[in-house]
Amino acid sequence: MKHIVKILSMVVGISTFWIGLLQAAIVPRSHTWLLPIYFVVSLGCYGLLMVGTGLMQFPTCPQEAVLLQQDIAEAKDFFKHKGVDVGSD
Amino acid sequence: MAEEKKYKYSIIIPTYNERLNIALIVYLIFKHLRDVDFEIIVVDDGSPDGTQEIVKQLQNLYGEDRVLLRARAKKLGLGTAYIHGLKHASGDFVVIMDADLSHHPKYLPSFIKKQLETNASIVTGTRYVKGGGVHGWNLMRKLTSRGANVLAQTLLWPGVSDLTGSFRLYKKSVLEDVISSCVSKGYVFQMEMIVRATRKGYHIEEVPITFVDRVFGTSKLGGSEIVEYLKGLVYLLLTT
Repeated sequence: MKHIVKILSMVVGISTFWIGLLQAAIVPRSHTWLLPIYFVVSLGCYGLLMVGTGLMQFPTCPQEAVLLQQDIAEAKDFFKHKGVDVGSD
Repeated sequence: MAEEKKYKYSIIIPTYNERLNIALIVYLIFKHLRDVDFEIIVVDDGSPDGTQEIVKQLQNLYGEDRVLLRARAKKLGLGTAYIHGLKHASGDFVVIMDADLSHHPKYLPSFIKKQLETNASIVTGTRYVKGGGVHGWNLMRKLTSRGANVLAQTLLWPGVSDLTGSFRLYKKSVLEDVISSCVSKGYVFQMEMIVRATRKGYHIEEVPITFVDRVFGTSKLGGSEIVEYLKGLVYLLLTT
């Protein structure tokens, strides 16, 4: 099944539930009408939260840059007398 | 003691103007894969800077059976570069990686180990987990990356933490299968590959990798890249 079909089925399912809630009036109608807005807003907030925390915890590796420079020096040294041209651009 | 099957690994490296980096990366691959049977397939798209000359020098040094040059006439795109490289690959597994030293060959053993341990069809490197990481990105770049990732995770449920990464190990038959159904270009192509693989039910594992952004040369991420990314997301949302 294509992914979009899965998503649309979920949307249809949630909408059916919402319409059912409207008709059954277990929860006051005025609240039920606002539920989709609450849903979208919380989804948005969740997204922003994920971006924010991910940004704060973004793994960095400054030491890797140093190690890489060492590797480059090692490689250039190796090639110097082996017939491979590694002069700068 | 059971006889250990020896596998061969084909490492495909597409290049365009990587005159300096290609030698460095070949050296590092040989350094970190000492006891492994492998071949390096350089797919160069007619680089004007003399990349192919350097590759020929490397062939003289390491042997034409270990360093293969399978060039093309001009810049023809990443996807077709992999397909071209695949045609010449004699390994049981295929590794794809970038030539610009953002992917460090020292992680190759961990890719191989992970695959042998789990018998995964694909092992993909991820920059976004503990043990992995990125260096050389400013705050804006990190923000874009994180935002893009959250959006992709929400919409696509891709099954991997790093969608646009291009440091991956595939079983050869799996790569052939997935690549035949991908049509995108650039890094959206990398996304399409992993999403299609997930949809097809292939077993995918991740290993942490560190990514040091472009040591030599210039990197590109502008407004047009962002638009391409969003278009790619919508395309994948509707067609996978």
